[in-house]
Amino acid sequence: MTGPETTQPAVPDPGQPPALELDNVVMRFGGVVALREVNLRVEQGQIAALIGPNGAGKTTVFNVVTGVCRPTEGAVRFLGQRIDGVKRFKIVKQGVARTFQNIRLFANMSALENVMVGVDAHHRTGAVGAALGLPWHRHEEKQGRAKAAELLDFVGISHRLTEGASNLPYGDQRRLEIARALATDPKLLLLDEPAAGMNPAEKRSLQELIRRIRDSGRTVLLIEHDMGLVMDISDRITVLDFGQKISEGLPREVRADPRVIEAYLGAPADAS
Amino acid sequence: MTEETNPRVGSPLTRVRHAVGGLGDTLRDRWADAPRWQRWLVYVLLLALAIAAPSPLIGSFMSPYTDWTSLLFNPIGIYILLAIGLNIVVGHAGLLDLGYVAFFAIGAYTLAYLGIKHGFAFWPTLILGMAFASISGVILGAPTLRLRGDYLAIVTLGFGEIVRITAVNTDAIGGARGLTPVPHPPSVFGVEFTLDPLPYYYLVLAMIVLAIVFSLRLERSRVGRAWTAIREDEDAAELMGVPTFKFKLLAFAIGALIGGLAGVVWSGKVIFIAPTNFPFILSATILAAVLLGGAGNIPGIVVGAFLIAWLPERFRGFADYRILVFGAALVIMMALRPQGLLPSRRRSAEIAEHTGSSMGAEVADPRAAPVEVPK
Repeated sequence: MTGPETTQPAVPDPGQPPALELDNVVMRFGGVVALREVNLRVEQGQIAALIGPNGAGKTTVFNVVTGVCRPTEGAVRFLGQRIDGVKRFKIVKQGVARTFQNIRLFANMSALENVMVGVDAHHRTGAVGAALGLPWHRHEEKQGRAKAAELLDFVGISHRLTEGASNLPYGDQRRLEIARALATDPKLLLLDEPAAGMNPAEKRSLQELIRRIRDSGRTVLLIEHDMGLVMDISDRITVLDFGQKISEGLPREVRADPRVIEAYLGAPADAS
Repeated sequence: MTEETNPRVGSPLTRVRHAVGGLGDTLRDRWADAPRWQRWLVYVLLLALAIAAPSPLIGSFMSPYTDWTSLLFNPIGIYILLAIGLNIVVGHAGLLDLGYVAFFAIGAYTLAYLGIKHGFAFWPTLILGMAFASISGVILGAPTLRLRGDYLAIVTLGFGEIVRITAVNTDAIGGARGLTPVPHPPSVFGVEFTLDPLPYYYLVLAMIVLAIVFSLRLERSRVGRAWTAIREDEDAAELMGVPTFKFKLLAFAIGALIGGLAGVVWSGKVIFIAPTNFPFILSATILAAVLLGGAGNIPGIVVGAFLIAWLPERFRGFADYRILVFGAALVIMMALRPQGLLPSRRRSAEIAEHTGSSMGAEVADPRAAPVEVPK
């Protein structure tokens, strides 16, 4: 199931703070402990993956990072700054964006409008500027439209510009979500099962897209169940099980780790 | 196309729905593809029609029982203005406001009180009335817009009643007896505002045109996109960098501003105002106009408000049965065209698919609600 290891592990620059750091994060929902003292480090410019069986707490990590849940204990740092407890839209402005496991596009807006919502995160036009059609508002609109079109092109769905988001084929909806997230100009992009439901050809081109995103200077953290894709693309992998980190390291290290094989693959290593 | 059902199959009701809906949708789609000059031509024609509307020729058909020009001002013009304002709150931001009449009342009382007791003139008071209504919208919205759906509806319903009952119980603004004589606007370009309804009609028409222009511009801007995003999926919007609370509050403030404007303009004509002018049923009627016409789409809600205001007057001949006829017309309308007469493309799709703001699994935990901790 392994492809050739095309990705060279990016070497972290010791002078730079990590893109993302979870420091002993505990997340409790009533009696349920979703995360138990999770420590996680994602270096800048890497593609990192978060894997683990269903219910391991992967999406909860995303929710904690994006401010959907406030961690019960511990700290979340983005580029060295704490972001736990910061409002969600402010975290986006600082440079963290995400996609969703079950696609959550603005279903009845066009593809372009969906992406423009993301671009708008950094715009300042208020009601007065828009109502009066003031020059800077027109300028922002024009710029935003151009940037949104460019991003649709980047993810490869520029032919869907004016189509309603809910009318797009499944794979294109996933791409549109990525474009919308990129529109907020994130330094850290969180992808929640981007390949779910895609066919092998779509997966290959998604893989290439994720690399291009990394190469454009962004850090990527992805949750994914497709081991082939994860092993191929990731610089580092973290494995969660029952809310605990059970392993981390380079893809080949993780793949060989008996704890991972036991917890995640469930059977002796037929995978290698 | 938003509806995928084959028009040939389905219940008779579905088939009639398609027949009725086809016309509206065709119109809307053709409009979307029309070149610029055609649109401007339509704008000019519509404006010409609106200006010519008070002529007795049209009036004799439209309103055989009541003075047509008076009707054009109130309820028709006022309802349209109110519907444009409420449309921003309900149609765009998707916030159910059942107390919209409160802002209309605040505008009306601003002119009545300041005009009678302190001799304020009409035009500066128009600005003040809009400002007061807008501020009260913010005061209502700041604590309540953290609520969603049904809860917000209940609180706004309460607010509408609070404003009315406060007016009843406050002697300084006339209590239950109301206030009189509310000053008329001063003359403009030699046109006197007295008892003749014609100048008032043109005044409200001018305000409607302004409200439509501003409303459309907002709709097509960052602000309008943020509203739509909030309506479709509030959590996703927030996670795409939309400050949802701020934009919901803005929708409330702008909706209230237009409500206040309508209040001032209306009270400038009627001379006498009292709390009974602002019943809950007026909020409900304007909401019906917005939903009937097609929430979110300006041409739709103008038509809707017109029908809601005009039909009961047109059927005055049926005496006590006219409200029955009106009610029946509404029920038939909603059965045949649940998404409204001329819905916006987005909105009609939402109703057809029931996709409006469905919650995804992962953010739905109530304990995961917004956390606000200063950093």
